[in-house]
Amino acid sequence: MALESGLRDRLEGGLGAPICLTWELTYGCNLACAHCLSSSGRRDPRELTTSEARALIDEIAAMRVFYINIGGGEPMIRGDFFELVEYAIERRIGVKFSTNGTRLDARAAERLAALDYLDVQISLDGADEATNDRLRGPGSYAAARRAMENLATAGFGPFKVSVVVTRDNVGQLDAFAELAQGYGAELRLTRLRPSGRGADVWETLHPTREQSRELYRWLCEHPGTLTGDSFFHLSALGDPLEGLNLCGAGRVVCLVDPVGDVYACPFVIHERFRAGNVREGGLARAWRESPVFTDLRGAGSAGACVSCGSYDACRGGCLAAKFFTGLELDDPDPECVHGAGEVALALPRRRVRPTSEVDHSRRLPAVGR
Amino acid sequence: MPSTIDRRAAWRLSPEVSLRDEPFGALAYHHGTRRLVVVKSAALARLLERLGEYPSMEEALAEVPEAARERVVRALEDLAESGIVSGT
Ligand code: SF4
Ligand code: SF4
Repeated sequence: MALESGLRDRLEGGLGAPICLTWELTYGCNLACAHCLSSSGRRDPRELTTSEARALIDEIAAMRVFYINIGGGEPMIRGDFFELVEYAIERRIGVKFSTNGTRLDARAAERLAALDYLDVQISLDGADEATNDRLRGPGSYAAARRAMENLATAGFGPFKVSVVVTRDNVGQLDAFAELAQGYGAELRLTRLRPSGRGADVWETLHPTREQSRELYRWLCEHPGTLTGDSFFHLSALGDPLEGLNLCGAGRVVCLVDPVGDVYACPFVIHERFRAGNVREGGLARAWRESPVFTDLRGAGSAGACVSCGSYDACRGGCLAAKFFTGLELDDPDPECVHGAGEVALALPRRRVRPTSEVDHSRRLPAVGR
Repeated sequence: MPSTIDRRAAWRLSPEVSLRDEPFGALAYHHGTRRLVVVKSAALARLLERLGEYPSMEEALAEVPEAARERVVRALEDLAESGIVSGT
C-alpha cells in the first residue's frame, strides 16, 4: 500500500473503518514455525463456518474496507479458502494473503492467477535452506520455492516474498532481493515481534542494535521495499522511512482471528487488546465503539520517551513489542535505536511478561525450536 | 507548469476506485495500483462522485465556489496524477 505521509495526524484519532484489516482464517497449520505470531498449529473447533465467514465479508464490504489481509495459521488448508477469497473479490474487497506455500501447487497457482485484485505473499525466512528451515522447519524452504515457481509459471505476475528479519538472516537482504527479482517478485520485509511463539525466540533472534542500523541503511538504499510500516522505530535514526510511521493498532489496523475475536493488531492476540467478537455485536461495533480501541486512539503519553529528540519520528515504537516484553505501553520500544529500551528492560522493577491465553501450538515440540 | 487537467474534456472517478467518507473528508483507494489517497474535504469527495455526470471539467468546476476553485484544481491534478480521476 502506498500512502502519502501527511496523513498521520488525521489517522491517529481513528477512522470509520480500518485501512489494514487482517483476518486469520484458521489456527490450523501444517508447519510449526518457531516464531509464529499467532501460536498456530491445531484448528480451533470454534472457527467461523463458511456461512459465518461469508457474513463477515458482507459486513466488511458494508464498512467499505478497501482490502483485507488474509492469514492464519495456513489459510489454504481451509476447504473453503478459494470460495471465500473469490467472494470477497466479488464484493469489491481486495485480498492480500500470506501463505507458507505448501498447498500452492500448479492448479492453485492457475486459479490464483485468474483473479484480479489479489496479492500473494509467500513466507520465507532464510535466503538459503539451512537458515530458513531452522526457523520454519524441515522442507519449508523447498515448499516455498516450489510455490514461487508455480506462481511464476502460471503467470501470476509480481507476487511478494515475505521475510521476517532476524539476527540470522539480516545479512542476506541482498540475496533475498535477488531471489525475489529472479521471479519478477517484490520483496517484503517485516519485523520480528515477541508475539505468539515469537516470544520464545525474540530475545535471541531480534536484530542487534548494529544490525538494526544496517537494516535502516539498507531500507534507505532500497526505497521500493515493502515493509508494511514495520520498521518505523528505525526512523529515529535519521530520515523517516516510507509509510505512516506510527503504531496503527486500533487506529488503522485490526485483526479478526479465526474464532471471530477482534484484536487491535495481529501481533496483540491477548485479552487486554480484545475489542469484541464478530458473532456478538459485529466487527463495525467493535471497531467504532469498543473502549479498548477508543483508548488506543487517545493522545497517549510519551512516558519515558518524552525527553527524546526522536519521539516525533518513532512515537515510542511498537505496542506489541513493548507489551510482550513486559514493558509499559509508554516505555520506549525494546529495540529503541538509542538503547532506551534495553535500559527499560534492565530496570530492577518487577517485569511480568504477559503470555496469551490463546495458543494452538501442537503439543509436540516444534521442529527447529 | 502546464496543468495535467484538460478542462474541456470530460473526467470521472476511475471505475477502479473506492471512496469512503471519513471525518476529515474521504479516503480513496485505487484497486489497480493499490494506492491510498486522502481526499481533504467532504465537498471534494462529493464532487468526485458526481464528476462523471458533467460533460466537461469546466462545467464541473463551475459548481465550485470561486474562492475554492484554484485549490480544487490543484487537488484534482494530484488525483489525476495517481490515477484516481481520469479523462473519459
Ligand atoms: S527513546 Fe522512545 S522515542 Fe526515542 S527513539 Fe527510543 S523509543 Fe523512540
Ligand atoms: S502493535 Fe506493533 S505491529 Fe501492531 S500496529 Fe502497532 S506497531 Fe504495528
